[in-house]
Amino acid sequence: MTTSIGNVASLAARAGGSVVRQVRSAIDPSAARPAGAGQPASGWLVVTVLREPSDVDTAQLPVPLAEFGDRIEVRVRPAAGGKGTELAARLRDRPSSGPAPSRLSGSDPQADLRSALRQAKQLIEVGEVLAVDPAPHGKRTATPGGALLEAWTRVAPKAGVR
Amino acid sequence: MKAVTWRGVNEIGVEDVPEPTILNDHDIILEVGLSATCGSDLHLVGGYIPAMRAGDVLGHEFMGTVAEVGRGVTKHQVGDRVVVVSFTSCGQCWYCKQGLWSLCDNGNPNPGITEALWGQSIGGCYGYSHAMGGWAGSHAPYIRVPYADQGAFAIPDGVSDERALFASDAAPTGWTGAHQAEVRPGDVVAVWGAGGVGQMAARAAMLMGAERVVVIDRYDNRLQQVRTHVGAETLDYEEVDVPAELREMTGGRGPDVCIEAVGMEAHSPGPQYLYDQVKQQMRLQTDRPTAVREAIYACRKGGTVFTLGVFAGLVDKFPLGAVMNKALTLRGAQQHGHRYIPEILDRMSRDEVRTEHLATHVMPLDDGPKGYRMFKEKEDGCVRAVFRPGG
Repeated sequence: MTTSIGNVASLAARAGGSVVRQVRSAIDPSAARPAGAGQPASGWLVVTVLREPSDVDTAQLPVPLAEFGDRIEVRVRPAAGGKGTELAARLRDRPSSGPAPSRLSGSDPQADLRSALRQAKQLIEVGEVLAVDPAPHGKRTATPGGALLEAWTRVAPKAGVR
Repeated sequence: MKAVTWRGVNEIGVEDVPEPTILNDHDIILEVGLSATCGSDLHLVGGYIPAMRAGDVLGHEFMGTVAEVGRGVTKHQVGDRVVVVSFTSCGQCWYCKQGLWSLCDNGNPNPGITEALWGQSIGGCYGYSHAMGGWAGSHAPYIRVPYADQGAFAIPDGVSDERALFASDAAPTGWTGAHQAEVRPGDVVAVWGAGGVGQMAARAAMLMGAERVVVIDRYDNRLQQVRTHVGAETLDYEEVDVPAELREMTGGRGPDVCIEAVGMEAHSPGPQYLYDQVKQQMRLQTDRPTAVREAIYACRKGGTVFTLGVFAGLVDKFPLGAVMNKALTLRGAQQHGHRYIPEILDRMSRDEVRTEHLATHVMPLDDGPKGYRMFKEKEDGCVRAVFRPGG
């Protein structure tokens, strides 16, 4: 695939995510709220890890979160119903809500933080971050649909945290 | 190595792909012995789940021999004969610990796609599109199996490869439906679809104590398999009025549990099939829910309807009024196979679960396109085309 096709596809994938949200919003109005990509106004992103709160040490964060250093603040609290511990993080310097140009260009600190939270959860629960690539595959045909899916797949790991 | 791949809508190929390698400590590399086609593959083949890329390796139901183990694997050694559950699940998150393995938080490396579609992501599945993780499938000589201590199960001596193969997906999916629908002793259970999953759902319901189990389909050979190998009753929906027959069989009540094992490409003899087909082809709905509608209308008041066939998105004319006013319980799930496979293998070793009859056509990988064509078109009574990478 050429770079230009890839860039166009990347933009299209992000637009595609918006289209999916628009379709969902017709069914579920809560999916159509204006905050950027369904983010809460507080900026906290959170995962629940199946560990006791005492086992999640904010002074010894897993590497993906620790790498953010002072750029994030972190909190933990018990999850309801014995479901473990809620591990939350937010950027101290957050972009304003809405689709910023940085998101469309592929630079999205919020998405990077989502990815880091998800990786931190895997490290705490499983001890490893699951890798899928390189996965065996045959010849990739350069089609618009394939390029779109490839672009969506590139950003898909940076979700999984609401 | 050769592999059977998705090349485009309704286009299957056989092409060279790289061999897999261990990427995580809990991986094994499996030398695939047998790998089955599945009805849910047809949704991918037909483009109904638009998250496949040309070159993706198909296949999610398989067994084989352990060829290599990661340093974190404790339960398996090179040479072990194992069957592998279709879902990649970590075994450590809250969902896995609840036995809801297909909902694993950690098993799908591409959570953003299903999160956008469904609100939350679920676990991953081999050879089942980039929405389900982008994992390479099993129609190949070798496959990488992550979380192998959780997802690979030793096959008891005396259980043949052909029988154990279906402990990977068809049988545990059937068990998921019957168990999660809470089939109880004395229940009357109706199952829509006499493919591998429907047959196994019926068998599971019988072993859970259902008093009467009825399987509905239109293919004689499949209904014959149900009567011979599962021991359930059958209805041919092209020959009889199914809801009327079910009412008569249950004293006017309707079945206690209705399990839909058809999925998003359901057929029916009535005008609603044409309606659903047109709307699906025009992308005004993604899925055809014909069998689900019938199950909802047929189910007794206060009963349970379980959607076990694969659905991807949106359906039209969904009888929510019947669900609400008849106080139905509506549930669904992909398979939570990790919790059922040990029991299934045990029952297979005692001849209580027989599955080898499902593998009606066994062929080498080079016959991949032919196998999928036969399976899709039901040629020569094909119930499942099964590939043997070793030839």
